[in-house]
Amino acid sequence: MGKIFRFHTDVDTDQIIASQYLLFPTIDEMKEHTFESLDTDFAKSVQPGDFVVACENFGCGSSREQAPAVLKALGIKAVIAKSFARIFYRNAINIGLPVIVCKDLYDSVKANDEMELNLESGLIESNGKTFTCTKLPAKMQSILNDGGLIASLNKEV
Amino acid sequence: MGATIIEKIIRNNTGLEKAVANDIVTVNVDRVMIHDIFIPFVADKFEEMGFKKLWDPDKVVLIYDHLVPASQVDDTRHFKAGNEFVKKYGLNNIHRADGICHQLMTEAGYVKPGDVVFGTDSHTTTYGCVGAFSSGIGYTEMASILGTGEMWVKVPETIKVTINGVLPNNVTSKDIILKLIGDLGADGATYKALEFAGDTVENMSIASRMTIANMAIEAGAKCALFTPDYKTEEYCEISLNDMQRDLVGDDDAVYNKELTYRAEDFVPVVACPSQVDNIKPVSELSDISIDQVFIGSCTNGRLEDLQKAAAVLKGKKVAPFVKLIVTPASTKIYRQASEDGTLSVLLEAGAIVTHPGCGLCCGRTGGILTDKERVVATNNRNFLGRMGTSKVEIFLASPITAAASAIAGKIVNYDKSINIW
Repeated sequence: MGKIFRFHTDVDTDQIIASQYLLFPTIDEMKEHTFESLDTDFAKSVQPGDFVVACENFGCGSSREQAPAVLKALGIKAVIAKSFARIFYRNAINIGLPVIVCKDLYDSVKANDEMELNLESGLIESNGKTFTCTKLPAKMQSILNDGGLIASLNKEV
Repeated sequence: MGATIIEKIIRNNTGLEKAVANDIVTVNVDRVMIHDIFIPFVADKFEEMGFKKLWDPDKVVLIYDHLVPASQVDDTRHFKAGNEFVKKYGLNNIHRADGICHQLMTEAGYVKPGDVVFGTDSHTTTYGCVGAFSSGIGYTEMASILGTGEMWVKVPETIKVTINGVLPNNVTSKDIILKLIGDLGADGATYKALEFAGDTVENMSIASRMTIANMAIEAGAKCALFTPDYKTEEYCEISLNDMQRDLVGDDDAVYNKELTYRAEDFVPVVACPSQVDNIKPVSELSDISIDQVFIGSCTNGRLEDLQKAAAVLKGKKVAPFVKLIVTPASTKIYRQASEDGTLSVLLEAGAIVTHPGCGLCCGRTGGILTDKERVVATNNRNFLGRMGTSKVEIFLASPITAAASAIAGKIVNYDKSINIW
């Protein structure tokens, strides 16, 4: 089980990691500032295995791959939203961070609720209820299964 | 069955004559753009992937723009990483101080109609102004293209936007794209192509089309496309070939949605804080005082934008408590605006004219704002914390509205006619 950090609609990449931190040399230095403008305690309170749950259009805005990268570095197990912005979605899969479309979860959970995700079956359990996730396109599922684009490319070679 | 513009580009690129929306295909990349913020990460990933050489050095363009000139010591690390990559892998196309990447890619002739282009920046959609399929990607995916020259994409469905008629004198293409983003919502075109048609669009300059294509991403779009024409030929310094001339949506093409507008119905609008789709007519805002005005960026830093602002500001003064910051999008534009007198008018009115680059738009340099300050800006994002602290209020507007607001010290509608020399 992991704890839910719940965010609203149209969370943009500047809110996930602001541009002034993109100049830090490593993702580990950047990750301390994740979601800083929305929740100053986020980076301190999140634990490996926790989840980010959001409404529509999560990750809109810039192409910065640091946005999914800081979430992964903090140990976020998956981001579950009603919908994702295109570039964030692709970047997350490419670095091996599961991004899951689930239309019903957001409206049924509160911040700090607990949930569990079974990636193989695509099922989420929270508050005694089960939620079904939308399947990834086969191409993306295969990149994610390999652990990201680099592992996937190495496999082809 | 007819085809949309994006289907035609992808068919031509892949040789898959029947490729249609929602097919997953592998495209051959014609050009890529990497900018200074992400080059260290691209370089790291490229080596991590084990590639020894670039698939085609001539197709790679590296542009320093977000950090030029360096404002912090850390910035220089990015130039160093870029310069090392250039030397090691034999890059020829590098711009170290020529302007903003999205301006340079078409201005310097790197992108032609029908090309497939990717860049490490979300506003890569801009090159649709000349009929290219261009989109933003992350640094891992960029590293993969640098080694393979290929990229998988889902052929997007298309939303067709048709605009006919003559725009009111105080309305620009910025007002059109803001209105469209408001109508579609910030995710209304996610994963989709936006295709523009109609005589209003045909009569637009390439610069005005760039503003629209640039902001397509703010509705979530994968790309925006304009049919190449004689203006495209002139701008790109080419003669269109048959493939390029055919980049028009067929009458019997399948569209996800079709929207039609009358140009006469558009009015000056602003995107209010802090969502790009929070659109209101300028005439409905009253007594919103401002601290700063920014005219520039890859959205609205072109010569015609500066000329329109100058036409409004000619003989007037910026309000005493307002800072007006003007940033030409490229060195070429800077020079043109200097030669034709535009800069003199802006300076006479009290503007601060900065070096070309991304600077203030991405909150890095040249006019950072603090809590409770308000700015009217011609760039593309009013996100929390974009141009300073997260309590700055950013209103996105056209250069005309921005210039008029700078004089008034508050957000105002410009209702006189514009005379551009």
